[in-house]
Amino acid sequence: MQVVADVIAQFTGAERRGAFFIALATALLGLAMAVTGNGDSFGAHGALVLAASIITIFCLIRSFDKPEPSSERLQSYYDEPTKAGIVLAMAWAVLGLFVGDWVAWLLVYPDLTFDAAWASFGRIRPVHTTGVIFGFGGNALIATSFYVLQRTTRARLPDQLSPWFVLWGYNLFCVIAVTGYLMGVTQSKEYAEPEWYADIWLVVVWVTYFAIYLRTLVRRKEPHIYVANWYYMAFILVVAILHIVNNLAVPISFGSAKSYSAFSGVQDAMTQWWYGHNAVAFFLTAGFLGMMYYYLPKRAGRPIYSYRMSIISFWGITFFYMWAGSHHLHYTALPQWVQSLGMTFSVMLLVPSWASAGNALLTLNGAWDKVRDDATLRFMMVAAVFYGLSTFEGSFMAIRSVNSLSHYTDWTIGHVHAGALGWVAMITFGAIYASVPWLWKTRGMYSARLVEAHFWLAVAGTVIYVFAMWNSGIIQGLMWRTYTEGGTLAYTFTDSLVAMRPYYMARAIGGLFFLIGALIGCYNIWMTIRMARVSATNTAADLQDAPVAALQPGE
Amino acid sequence: MFGFHYRLERKAIGLVLAIIGVASIGGAVEIAPLFTIHQTVEDAPDMRVYTPLELAGRNIYIREGCYACHSQMIRTLRDEVERYGPYSLAVESKYDHPMLWGSKRTGPDLARIGEKYSDDWHVAHMNNPRNVVKESVMPAYAWLARTELRTDDLPNHLKAMRAVGVPYSDAMIANAAADAYGQAAPDSPFAEGVAERYGGATTVRAFDGDPGKLTEMDALVAYLQILGRLTNAAQKPVASAEK
Repeated sequence: MQVVADVIAQFTGAERRGAFFIALATALLGLAMAVTGNGDSFGAHGALVLAASIITIFCLIRSFDKPEPSSERLQSYYDEPTKAGIVLAMAWAVLGLFVGDWVAWLLVYPDLTFDAAWASFGRIRPVHTTGVIFGFGGNALIATSFYVLQRTTRARLPDQLSPWFVLWGYNLFCVIAVTGYLMGVTQSKEYAEPEWYADIWLVVVWVTYFAIYLRTLVRRKEPHIYVANWYYMAFILVVAILHIVNNLAVPISFGSAKSYSAFSGVQDAMTQWWYGHNAVAFFLTAGFLGMMYYYLPKRAGRPIYSYRMSIISFWGITFFYMWAGSHHLHYTALPQWVQSLGMTFSVMLLVPSWASAGNALLTLNGAWDKVRDDATLRFMMVAAVFYGLSTFEGSFMAIRSVNSLSHYTDWTIGHVHAGALGWVAMITFGAIYASVPWLWKTRGMYSARLVEAHFWLAVAGTVIYVFAMWNSGIIQGLMWRTYTEGGTLAYTFTDSLVAMRPYYMARAIGGLFFLIGALIGCYNIWMTIRMARVSATNTAADLQDAPVAALQPGE
Repeated sequence: MFGFHYRLERKAIGLVLAIIGVASIGGAVEIAPLFTIHQTVEDAPDMRVYTPLELAGRNIYIREGCYACHSQMIRTLRDEVERYGPYSLAVESKYDHPMLWGSKRTGPDLARIGEKYSDDWHVAHMNNPRNVVKESVMPAYAWLARTELRTDDLPNHLKAMRAVGVPYSDAMIANAAADAYGQAAPDSPFAEGVAERYGGATTVRAFDGDPGKLTEMDALVAYLQILGRLTNAAQKPVASAEK
């Protein structure tokens, strides 16, 4: 792998030795896991860690004696991890979307499981959610955050090893997670399924990630920290808090994957949804708002509309969201005072959410012609619209009486996908299409028409998906509560299940559109990278694209 | 206010501390009191812990991701109480580490499924759901009846549960593997110990129809049959459907 060798050749001697010792340490850890967990999935994961470490050591040794890089490298930003992160994000997108569409078809054709445990709905659904949220979303966030951090602070990343450790370690976490589900390793905590050892590993990776952020900020040449970085920092910090508290558990032994959650019953329910809703808030919202605050104004060539709106929405989101989790538990055994607090704060959340969405759309004033002509910017514009729509829907569904109908139904699934496809994935595709030519130094993407095709497939897929789930969810909710004139329930559960079938089919087709769009995106990115390799004669200095001062808030 | 922020956003550590402070308030106010306010969880003196076999079944339920499509939380709404039974109380999941309230009903709620159907029905349903409910979209779990249940680590499971606060006695932990076997083999010498340690009302049956072999099907059916039956608290008049 020439690419890997090139990366290691850029490492200093100390970085190479550091990488070697880290890989050696993880190899020993993997070996210990494989031995103590012999016969358990824990041991299989040990073997996986060992294999990943040995491959890394092998790559390091092959390039160990290369000459040290010249100090010239310090004159430019360090973008190699960002490039790798974008490629990984797209790979996870394809995997996650493919598995998502597969599970969607399972609800139409439930016998497609080959009598195999790993292929049943319950095991592959978390592969879909983890693949898209943490694989696709997480890699995109890490990649773009490194890019944005350097441009908005005008400082290079503090070293070359730690960003690679974050990327390597994070993807190892994701692989452990999804392979674990297939083997039946799960905590059952929604969006926090990985078991205790994966969780501990993620903490190590995350602390390193945060350290990179702080060390770069400390060396910044801009007096102010740009708003995108507030969001990226909130994303890193709050996800750390949520992750640690929600995953507190006691393993049954140090040779087993299984653990028991420290909390039970109602306290566990509240903790899980405090985590669950704020994984949406700080992973899928704050992080991607950070992305939006950099790429949207940059691509539109306009400064952010309002500095004050940025401040209000940032602190509003950071404060209000943390109260909102209990709206997942309306009418349950959770005390009503907590339910009411959750509902109240969820409704108030509309203000900072719409301030963000409005700020983004008003930034486009004066650049709407670009939105018309440029599918990349249009991806970002549509993302802001969907962000506004799904945050409105979210506040609405958090109202107790609405929730009594929507909860437990497909309406929730529709809402999540309006946010995940419409907002998260669209802003990410926009940011990726914007950064790929910047990173690989081409004049543009390989094909603007393919970006256009991806855009329309993504929009069509999202709309089909969301409408299908609105229909099925509301029909389901109404059927469950319909009474006959005699005062008995009008429909059995099975009646409602039969009514879902056409919508489940439509949903799977919508998802297929979205998947095909992502595949076209992969092809386009791949061809752009190839194009860059062919015309690699042009080696302009990296720092040429440094003047981002024009993007500072308040100007 | 904006002047203050103008200065704050120039300080990395100040911004970090502000974010942590502002974000911590919501959780602290909503979660911490749930551990201290006594009324949060009702008293249920008759509540018993899961037997080792039921716990193993619960772990299969978790492993297979059943919670993704089945809730175990009946809300305080008329139609839910009429469809599924008395609404769920907090105490009923007191020993659930983690809880399995769920968030989606692709299939029906299971909070009170215990003893609603026969063991035979459950086994047939797991082997192929469409044999008993033609329209079902649930996957078949036929391999459960073919897979032997792992029991050697059950004492460790009970010990970990005790570490997080579930009152398992030393005798329960020591006999966990034997009790798991005994609960699914009523005629074996191990069956007696189950009633002795977990109460006479504990169901001892060959759940998968074959007392000779302890399978994952035994465990899962034993778990499904105890759902909603660890305590009678929800059946008392005070907690019955409200008008």
